Amino acid sequence: MDYVKLINCMRCGMCLPACPTYKETFLETASPRGRVALIRKLQEGELDQSERLLEFLSLCLDCQACASACPCGVNAGELVAEFTCEKKSADGLGFMEDLILRKLVPHPDRLETSMVPMRLYQNSGLQKLVRTLGVLKMFPKPLERMEGLLPSLPSRSLRQEISEVTPAVGTERGTVGFFLGCVMSLIFSDASRATIKLLSVLGYKVITPRNQVCCGAPNMLGGDLEGLKEAARTNIDIFGGYMVDFIVTDCGGCGAELKKYGHHIEEEAASEFSTKVRDISQVLALHIEELQAKLKPLHQKVTYHDPCHIAHCQGIRKEPRDLLKLVPGLEYKELDTADACCGSAGTYNIAKPEMSDKILHRKLDTVRASGAEILVTSNPGCLLQLKKGLADQLPHVKLMHLTEILAQSMEN
Amino acid sequence: MNPSFTQELASIVGQQYILTDRESLAVYGYDSTPEIESLPGAVLLPGSTDEVVRIMKLCHEAGVTVTPRGSGTNLSGGSLSAGGVVVQTSRLNRLLEIDEENLTATVEPGLITSTLHREVESRGLFYPPDPGSMNISTMGGNVAENSGGLRGLKYGVTADYVMGLETVLADGDMLRTGGKVVKDVAGYSLNPLLVSSEGTLGFFTGITVKLIPKPQGKITMLAHFPVLQDAALAVSAIIAAKVIPATLEFLDKVTIKCVEDYAHVGLPLDVDAVLLIEVDGHPVVIAEEAAAVAEICKKHRSSFFQTAQTAAEALKLTEARRTALSALARLKPTTILEDATVPRSCIAAMLKVIQDSAQKYNVVIGTFGHAGDGNLHPTCLTDERDHDEIKRAHAAFEEIFDAAIAMGGTITGEHGVGLAKKKYLPKLVGETGIRVMRGIKQAFDPKGILNPGKIF
Repeated sequence: MDYVKLINCMRCGMCLPACPTYKETFLETASPRGRVALIRKLQEGELDQSERLLEFLSLCLDCQACASACPCGVNAGELVAEFTCEKKSADGLGFMEDLILRKLVPHPDRLETSMVPMRLYQNSGLQKLVRTLGVLKMFPKPLERMEGLLPSLPSRSLRQEISEVTPAVGTERGTVGFFLGCVMSLIFSDASRATIKLLSVLGYKVITPRNQVCCGAPNMLGGDLEGLKEAARTNIDIFGGYMVDFIVTDCGGCGAELKKYGHHIEEEAASEFSTKVRDISQVLALHIEELQAKLKPLHQKVTYHDPCHIAHCQGIRKEPRDLLKLVPGLEYKELDTADACCGSAGTYNIAKPEMSDKILHRKLDTVRASGAEILVTSNPGCLLQLKKGLADQLPHVKLMHLTEILAQSMEN
Repeated sequence: MNPSFTQELASIVGQQYILTDRESLAVYGYDSTPEIESLPGAVLLPGSTDEVVRIMKLCHEAGVTVTPRGSGTNLSGGSLSAGGVVVQTSRLNRLLEIDEENLTATVEPGLITSTLHREVESRGLFYPPDPGSMNISTMGGNVAENSGGLRGLKYGVTADYVMGLETVLADGDMLRTGGKVVKDVAGYSLNPLLVSSEGTLGFFTGITVKLIPKPQGKITMLAHFPVLQDAALAVSAIIAAKVIPATLEFLDKVTIKCVEDYAHVGLPLDVDAVLLIEVDGHPVVIAEEAAAVAEICKKHRSSFFQTAQTAAEALKLTEARRTALSALARLKPTTILEDATVPRSCIAAMLKVIQDSAQKYNVVIGTFGHAGDGNLHPTCLTDERDHDEIKRAHAAFEEIFDAAIAMGGTITGEHGVGLAKKKYLPKLVGETGIRVMRGIKQAFDPKGILNPGKIF
């Protein structure tokens, strides 16, 4: 790890109020500033790589709210993730990591037919699964939690169902490649269907390559940098085979990872790929007027939760709000601390259930206070976490992906 | 720290709220002060005033030192402890009362400053002190350091708002000073003594502050000056015209270049200074004041002057000032932010001293800050690994402090003396000043267990 990145932290503390775990504990060890200091002191030899130190670091959600708050450009969340990745990589992949990250994740067919918890915790969810399976005595509890989070699964993944080419409606204005996130495809296929529909209605030919593979985020979390690069190369090759204007995704986590391919692989094709990646909200926001003409009234109160991977990792905050405000009759209520993590954070909600619940409850309190009848977000991790939270506490609030509500307004 | 002693401490706060492991102590060994670290022996997070009293009694008896800490954003090393007990106030964070009849708020020390702002402003009231760290700084820390902020020129600093304090003394006795009364001449005025005592006289457990009605309106303006001297003269002229802006902030050439490189807010690179001016109050009054400010800036050869017409425009104008520290801090790993303060009539002279010192010692110093208060933030951009440059930076700052003292100013306007400015204090207050301060310390804390080694 680059030492300069660590000493760039001037310890001003601006990250503290942004950090969900600091807000819960008030402990410096659970703050971004503290985490950077721990890694730095470890590098300087002042601290050892103790179990306790690793435990402190593992409390980080990697939500990167700290990066948004930092005045000098330090990304503590990413530094912790990098550190963890390097450590796991140095420790070597265990049997289960190898099985999952190398033999399962890169092969969508195998993945989709694997056991239910696999299908459930696809994306970054796999990392915890690895740990869980590695420590069998822990099996029952997390599994129970995973089942609690499990919404009703579609019988088939969208990847298997959707045709590779969806033609543009009316005059074709361009072609986009659709990157289908694993969890979106497996669990939230309705939302991704809506995404494809919106794109085609706006005049885009949508290509959804069937042989695309996982974005590689689980590999990064599992310390398998090579696996990540392999996934990246496969996707770059596949999408490179089509002439597309954008590579669009409706999964915040995938979008953040795809935009980093150019950083992981120093090749022109990789940076070209990354510069084409757009979150769906970014593409839709290019066609505000056309979209507005097609939307019909929805008379409800709506609020928006910023997924960390969209707001903090990709800096997208305005577009989703602008889009929601287009829907006639829809009353938009801004959520208090809308860009605070919901506690999902990949597999965090299984790895650290207590902390995750506290963070979720804070989020639900703000949803309650907003008085909204519909909660919109645009990342599968958040959808899973909030779905469970709303069912427990606010069953009258409906949860929708951004593209779902827009598509619904179009149908009304 | 002796395990049987930490066990006794644990019995007061609970096992969960005492930290003695190496890793935890390591991250309580710093605050926001560059270059200074010091390891405590234990960190406690008490949950009630009663626990604070018991901690203090136990430590007093055992002769163990106690250092209060809020969120650790101190800029003079004031929240660091060498082997003693650090008491973090975070759990004592209740807003106890907003008294709309007496216009006061009573809070616990761990309450975050901006939380108080939000709560009182939702009731049409106003608590003006707004230190740069207000989103994380605590009220206890603000009182202990007498924090300032951007609104100091018109509204004053923390000390101007503290009406009552509940303070646990070194021996665990409770001292109550002031209250909700506007007039109180019974005995010595102890509040001002406790405010800015930097944790050396007592541990605040209750703070009552004055509130004022929230200003009805605000007008934001931005002016560019090709010549530094003109900007400084404009500042004096604005005040001489009996307009007291709520904000009168300054950015120098180095800062302007950094801000433009980083944030591309549209600042011209050929100007020497930028002033951000905000007037607030009754809409009729501020319209007149804004017109006066515009005229003065033009008269002083501002090359560009803009008055925000909407809230969005106002936000855009303040962007350069808001990004100043970020823009500077990104350039180099180490940022030394100082707060030498001079009478406002000396601003131009002080800026000249800063520029000359930076040149003489070959260091990069960007200056921004509260021009209206004479409180500037010369900010040295350096690298802690470059020992020679660090040495030169300190030499430059020593000259800057000397000049500030010579102009009738001070070595620190709002960050406190703590450990960082300790060696400069005698130059400012003289032997007599130090003797009186020592006498006060002796009266409050004869055993010297409260935040030892700070200030003098």
